[in-house]
Amino acid sequence: MNVLDFDYMLGLIPVLLKYLPLTLEMAAAGMVLALILACLLAVIRVLKVPVLNRFTMLFISFFRGTPLLVQLFLFYYGLPQLVSSLTAINGITATIMGLTMHFSAYMAESIRAAIVGVDRSQTEAALSIGMTNAQLMRRIILPQATRIAVPTLMNYFIDMIKATSLAFTLGVTELMGATQKEAAGSFLYFEAFIIVAIIYWVIVEMLSWLQRYLEHRLNKAYSR
Amino acid sequence: MIRLKGLRKVYGRQTVLDGIDLDIAKGEIVVVIGPSGTGKSTLLRCINFLEKPTAGEITVGDLTVDACSTSRKDILALRRRTAFVFQNYALFANKNALDNIAERLIVVDKWPKEKAREKAREILQRIGLGDKAEAYPASLSGGQQQRVGIGRAMATGAEVILFDEPTSSLDPEWVEEVLGLMKQLASEHQTMVVVTHEMSFARDVADRVIFVDGGRIVEQGPPSELFSNPQDPRTRDFLRKVLPDQTV
Repeated sequence: MNVLDFDYMLGLIPVLLKYLPLTLEMAAAGMVLALILACLLAVIRVLKVPVLNRFTMLFISFFRGTPLLVQLFLFYYGLPQLVSSLTAINGITATIMGLTMHFSAYMAESIRAAIVGVDRSQTEAALSIGMTNAQLMRRIILPQATRIAVPTLMNYFIDMIKATSLAFTLGVTELMGATQKEAAGSFLYFEAFIIVAIIYWVIVEMLSWLQRYLEHRLNKAYSR
Repeated sequence: MIRLKGLRKVYGRQTVLDGIDLDIAKGEIVVVIGPSGTGKSTLLRCINFLEKPTAGEITVGDLTVDACSTSRKDILALRRRTAFVFQNYALFANKNALDNIAERLIVVDKWPKEKAREKAREILQRIGLGDKAEAYPASLSGGQQQRVGIGRAMATGAEVILFDEPTSSLDPEWVEEVLGLMKQLASEHQTMVVVTHEMSFARDVADRVIFVDGGRIVEQGPPSELFSNPQDPRTRDFLRKVLPDQTV
């Protein structure tokens, strides 16, 4: 067995870290957009808005029922053929679109469950003091649903960070794409990929820590 | 002040309210009694459209709403003239005691936050929880939660407060403090409609007691008359069960 090239591994870390911001930016953008879309989808599902509800169910079913990689290829290679104004779509945009759609479908379902999980009597109380449905959602239901949903949503965010690595299949040089190139140049595949694995791992661990902190803070109002 | 005309509520094939006519004067304390499952709660919940009545007319103050042709605006207006106290308190779990009370003033009446909280603080004093402003519902006892529930209703400035079995979920030790607060409100001439099984409250505080059975008002009158000289056999039968120590 060959001995690992530790010098190469150490030297690779700063090279790869230069691509970390792009990875995180794609994940952050995807997360923010997915959250907004998921809230919208979840509210439509909860209020059973006519027509939109059926459309939402179809949307969720499709984006949960097909692989993310297939969706990315659809957005990047497929859409420009269909809609000529999208020919300029780049890999980063396509990745963010794919992450948004894919994860919003999952997140919509957990947000919906969280909304339904808020005690029904509080809805009646809010209506009884004359709140509108929108005020009820914004002031009473969503803040409490957030607390219920945060652990799962954080898990999706963690998943999303790892899923950004698929962007390299669209030619984006992010963390994974950069590693691939480095490895191809040096032929030190194991060294390169174990380093990138460790980088992902450390980031995910840091987020898990943040997740525990958030849960602790959000639960404050509910503990005796 | 409040007038119900021909109020009906039908669930599927079951008629829960079968034509309720009722006039309540400003400042009047009306207690609704009757066997379980006879539509007492439904009656209250129809008054502010937490349940949509099947038919009938509801007047609160200068607003009249016909159950058959209501707009969203009507329902909102009706709810803003009434306040509701729930059996299970139904406090907003994400808000502390102060904000549970101030919420209506901030969100519905659009008061500036500080002014609303000042008013809420005043109410907390009146309900004897001046030191619990920052406490969240989960850390309050049942009795304290229900008092905040009543405080929330007081803050609405509604023309009438509807109480739906406000002491039924409480441990016996907390019942008195809640009834005490309700008596205090009654003495301030707050119009109240109270569904309760607390016969002593009905006897001591009510201006009028209404006996409901089978979705209809069977009998009504001042507590002194209704309790000592009930006319209808169903009223007599019910009172004999709930007041066993008394010869009816």
